[in-house]
Amino acid sequence: MSKQQPEIEVNNLTLGYGNFTLMKDISFQVNKGDIFIIMGASGGGKSTLLKALTGLLEPFSGQIRIGGTDFTKASPQQRNQIMQRCGILYQSGALFSSMTLAENIALPLQRYTAYSPKLINELVSLKLALVGLTGFEDYYPSEISGGMKKRAGLARALALDPEIVYFDEPSAGLDPISSKLLDDLILDLNQSLGTTIVVVTHELDSIFAIGNNSIFLDADTKGISGRGNPKELLKNTQNPKLREFLTRGGEKNA
Amino acid sequence: MPLTFNLTKQTLELELSGNFSGYDNETEKTALFNAAAKARNILVKTSGLGRWDSTLVVILYELAKRAERQKISYDFSSLPENLHRLVSLALEVDRNPPSPPDRTTPWLEALGGWGLNIYTGFVSGLKFLGRLLSSIGRFLTGKAVMRPVDFLFALEDCGYRAVAIVSLVSFMVGLILAFVGAIQLQTFGAQIYVASLVTIGMTRIMGAIMAGIIMAGRTGASYAAAIGTMQVNEEVDALKTMGIPVTDFLVLPRTLSLLITMPVLTVLADFMGIFGGTFVGTVMLDISLQEYIKYSVDTFELDNFLVGVFHGFLYGMIISLCGCYYGVNSGRNADSVGMAATKAVVSAIVWMIVVTGILTFIFKVLGI
Ligand SMILES: Nc1ncnc2c1ncn2[C@@H]1O[C@H](COP(=O)(O)OP(=O)(O)O)[C@@H](O)[C@H]1O
Ligand SMILES: [Mg+2]
Repeated sequence: MSKQQPEIEVNNLTLGYGNFTLMKDISFQVNKGDIFIIMGASGGGKSTLLKALTGLLEPFSGQIRIGGTDFTKASPQQRNQIMQRCGILYQSGALFSSMTLAENIALPLQRYTAYSPKLINELVSLKLALVGLTGFEDYYPSEISGGMKKRAGLARALALDPEIVYFDEPSAGLDPISSKLLDDLILDLNQSLGTTIVVVTHELDSIFAIGNNSIFLDADTKGISGRGNPKELLKNTQNPKLREFLTRGGEKNA
Repeated sequence: MPLTFNLTKQTLELELSGNFSGYDNETEKTALFNAAAKARNILVKTSGLGRWDSTLVVILYELAKRAERQKISYDFSSLPENLHRLVSLALEVDRNPPSPPDRTTPWLEALGGWGLNIYTGFVSGLKFLGRLLSSIGRFLTGKAVMRPVDFLFALEDCGYRAVAIVSLVSFMVGLILAFVGAIQLQTFGAQIYVASLVTIGMTRIMGAIMAGIIMAGRTGASYAAAIGTMQVNEEVDALKTMGIPVTDFLVLPRTLSLLITMPVLTVLADFMGIFGGTFVGTVMLDISLQEYIKYSVDTFELDNFLVGVFHGFLYGMIISLCGCYYGVNSGRNADSVGMAATKAVVSAIVWMIVVTGILTFIFKVLGI
């Protein structure tokens, strides 16, 4: 796997709602096997960008290529095919409340594979074991805690062995230990499966612990005002706003 | 690709070669696990392993789990590094769950639970009614925490927005009542009494019932769904912790507006029904309009009319009570909001019928 192969390419993307433009002409590239962080202040449009990447929001203009295919111009069938290779962990898990965890994870498998019910059960148990939820197959989402819901949501996102996994604020609402466990899990999956990972977050600890590439969205300039490895950005950036963000308002600013 | 293994001297040697994506061969897997059960030692070789996905991890995970359970030694060290990590990650159980909640109950317990549910439901319903009445008391003394805008919004929703559907349905009911009555009365040449039939029927009870059923389906369900969704979003909790009584803030405006609009809608339904009857009488039965009106006015009694309006008023209370009660007591997921709406409508209709039965008896005894 050559490191520099692009998995997601975004070219001159302009995004917004109605007649309100949020981002203008942004371009970036996510390589295969990257853990790519989308940073930005609250309301900076991180979730909006994620919506565009996952096809929930049509961009005003520009191009998104995923795995070499033009996602913006793809037909519904092509889009569906691309989305099968992507897993998404929503901000609050988005588990279906009327189904047990096992049924939640089995749903994409039943929809998109021809596996036998027994193999699907085994796969469900494996995915739950991977996220540390062995034995929770028959629980309903309302019967587990918030952190567990997130991990179960991750198990569902991983059901089809995706090549890209998107995370929307994985550590929001988690205690530091659960949040650290989730970070470790992201690293493990990235290293063992080579999964490309795109994370929206403003959690500094996570950003430095897992990210090897990033962009910083700036709501004022409607563009990207910093990109690269977060650790190096912290050392090198000249942009005062990014510097303030990465040092939590300058407290580490010597 | 085939799963090749051999068992020699209690050592199971598993040879993985080729691609293992989408591997779903139950017979081979069973054979492997049977062989593993007889082994004391498991060794995996992966010299020629090509592409693989979770279906292979499943096999290795299962093998390792069985080996650990039976205290068999296993050696996965020749697995590619990433595959090995993944299997160990899956084996690293971070906690054992308490056994999943048992959802099957023996029938006797289920029966007891059912009875108890009805009892506790009735008691908590009464308590809810009590809280609502004290809210109304606070409202009358001007101390209730209610935003006028909420009240006006609810009033608009169950007021003029409901006029069209109530008019249409009760017009049709008057039409049907007259039509069905006419078929019987015509055999005696007494079709003129259609006017009396429709007038008494609509004003005494049918107007109130029609308005009640429509508003239960239209407004009661929407109350339950709206408050249920607030429950899901923890808005109800926020109100409670701010010290604002839920009955004041959410239930009172809705109840007041139904109490105001239901009698009015009942009157509307009465007259639309009579209008429907007039339509059948004059167009189909060739009764002259003057005659029809005369008979209608002669049989119109203020007592009947007021009894109908009083029913409408009580139905308004029942609909709002059921809708808000099930909304406030809804569970915290999408399903339970749907269930709350269903229960609100069904129980409102049942209670309307029960109350009508009781009132009919009382009025009979009183001779009204
Ligand atoms: N559905 C929507 N319609 C209109 N504007 C929206 C919508 N969703 C978000 N916005 C606006 O877009 C901006 C960015 O929101 P979002 O992408 O959620 O930010 P972030 O995830 O970075 O906190 C905000 O100013 C928000 O008000
Ligand atoms: Mg967001």
